[in-house]
Amino acid sequence: MIRDSFALLGEYTGMAWQSIIAHKMRSILTTLGILIGVTTIITIWTTIQGLNTYIGSVLSDIGNSVVYVEKYPWVIKGDFWKYRNRKNIGWREYEAIRRHSRLARAVTPQVVASRVAAYDDKKLEQVAVLGTTESFTETGSVTPESGRFFTGADIRNKARLTVLGAQLAEELFKKSNPLGKRIRIGDMKYKVIGVLERQGDFFGQSRDNFAIVPIGTFRNVYGQQRGLQIAVLAATSAELEDLKEELRGILRQTRKVPAADEDDFAINQMDQLTGFYEDATATLYAIIFIIAAISLLVGGIGITNIMMVSVTERTREIGLRKAVGAKKNNILSQFLMEAIALSSIGGVAGILIGLLAGSLILSLLKVTGGVDFSAIFVGFGFSAFVGVVSGFYPAYKAATMNPIDSLRYE
Amino acid sequence: MLIDIRALSKKYLLGTVRVLALNEISLSIERNEYVAIMGPSGSGKSTLMNIIGCLDVPTSGSYTLNGQAVASLSDDELATIRNKEIGFVFQTFNLLPRADALHNVELPLIYKGVPKAERRIIARETLEKVGLGDRMDHKPNELSGGQRQRVAIARALVNNPSIILADEPTGNLDSTTGEEIMKLFADLNAAGNTIIVVTHEEEIARKSKRIIRLRDGRIVSDETVEHEAAV
Repeated sequence: MIRDSFALLGEYTGMAWQSIIAHKMRSILTTLGILIGVTTIITIWTTIQGLNTYIGSVLSDIGNSVVYVEKYPWVIKGDFWKYRNRKNIGWREYEAIRRHSRLARAVTPQVVASRVAAYDDKKLEQVAVLGTTESFTETGSVTPESGRFFTGADIRNKARLTVLGAQLAEELFKKSNPLGKRIRIGDMKYKVIGVLERQGDFFGQSRDNFAIVPIGTFRNVYGQQRGLQIAVLAATSAELEDLKEELRGILRQTRKVPAADEDDFAINQMDQLTGFYEDATATLYAIIFIIAAISLLVGGIGITNIMMVSVTERTREIGLRKAVGAKKNNILSQFLMEAIALSSIGGVAGILIGLLAGSLILSLLKVTGGVDFSAIFVGFGFSAFVGVVSGFYPAYKAATMNPIDSLRYE
Repeated sequence: MLIDIRALSKKYLLGTVRVLALNEISLSIERNEYVAIMGPSGSGKSTLMNIIGCLDVPTSGSYTLNGQAVASLSDDELATIRNKEIGFVFQTFNLLPRADALHNVELPLIYKGVPKAERRIIARETLEKVGLGDRMDHKPNELSGGQRQRVAIARALVNNPSIILADEPTGNLDSTTGEEIMKLFADLNAAGNTIIVVTHEEEIARKSKRIIRLRDGRIVSDETVEHEAAV
């Protein structure tokens, strides 16, 4: 029986197509619900898949064995003021970690300000200035593309030297060689000793538009009071959790946190961002699932309805097909195929529109990287499933009609 | 014996009334016979036709078609028998309106599982046999009543069935066209086909070779028709 219907698959498809063509307007209106449902699914699916790939590739650049000691956690839940009243993280904490941590391979203090950068007659507003130490190459996983990074001596001497991000170097110097030139950052002049490798964009924001100076120089110029961010690289990524515990101990002691109180600092990690992102996408998934389910349900009911009409209209045809030898299964398959074809039209159109819309959203978000074509299977699977479910009752009704009565039907 | 019916009864419920449509009838028909079944409405002739055509099963009694007992078969088994043994011709033609003549004739072959290319050839030959070789790609609404009935006859013939079962085949045709269709049946019978025509018109029944008359679910006469002057 199953082999039977397989051999006749081509016939059923042809019959379905003929019937749909014969009622173009009715078919289009019927499949509209499916179209909307599948478009929704595919648009969001494409967008999220694109974001996942993109964010995954960017985050893996940043490195997962580094934790950041800061005043604020990266994802704030609840009362912002609780965090605001905390003491800044300062030089004392940095020194304590550097001296006492046994699991840290590198400890890097970082402090950031925004200043005007200028060279010759070229002037750029709002350039990020990062004050740090020589170990930034390890914790920040950056490498100079040309020239060199700071040495320990440069840092200790609070030298008036700077290393530039690739984007900033390009904008200030165009094609000329920046090495050895003097640029102005804020009110101070620095000699360029290196340019870093390009890191690329993140959602259209350049990650290469900054200048690095020795932290001592930064503090002399821009003030001591500014809070620090301390990046700590674990000796091995397996020891990351142990490292966090060790840091907590050191910090609580240094900051004299009473035993009963909670931490008054945050130890941040990339996981938090990915976790936050995953929570956000899970919500998004739940929302599309509901929207799609509703429109597919409505679309499915539309298909059931129109298939009931189609079966009634063709009662005599069904009687005749049975008279000349069609079995129940033949009739069932014929009408089931018609329902599947009907919903697949909406499905295919929805896939196309959804892929276009998804790519458009990704390009507006400045997310690069390809579109994930697994969405095609999702869309096709959904519409075929709706076709089968919504077509089953009318098809079953057709299949079990009595041939004598249906041949006489007026 | 092609058809062997013994003590066959059919009862059914019409609302709350039990109707005895066929009352213990026995009947046999040989291969290559040309039989007319006659009777006024309510005589049971339609019920008998439905049972002979394997569209319905009797309440009691036996029916053997071409050596096979069909009284107790399932719906799907009956469908297979109809496909193989019976060619139906209806008063209202019952063609698929959106399909051309060729495709209409192919229909029984589809359910027999004949491959497409082969189907085309057989359907073409059959349409030529009924004189419609030049109308194969016409849809039913592009054909005259007589031509439509010829398409239906070609569809009935295409599977080489044991019986052609025609239910009032001239009922929707004018008398000249009706004559032509009856001539076609006579030719088909002469070529070896077994034909059973159900009708209430004496004139149509007279074209057959044997007339079986029903009244109130019983056979009241079974006579051979004398054809004096051949046309």
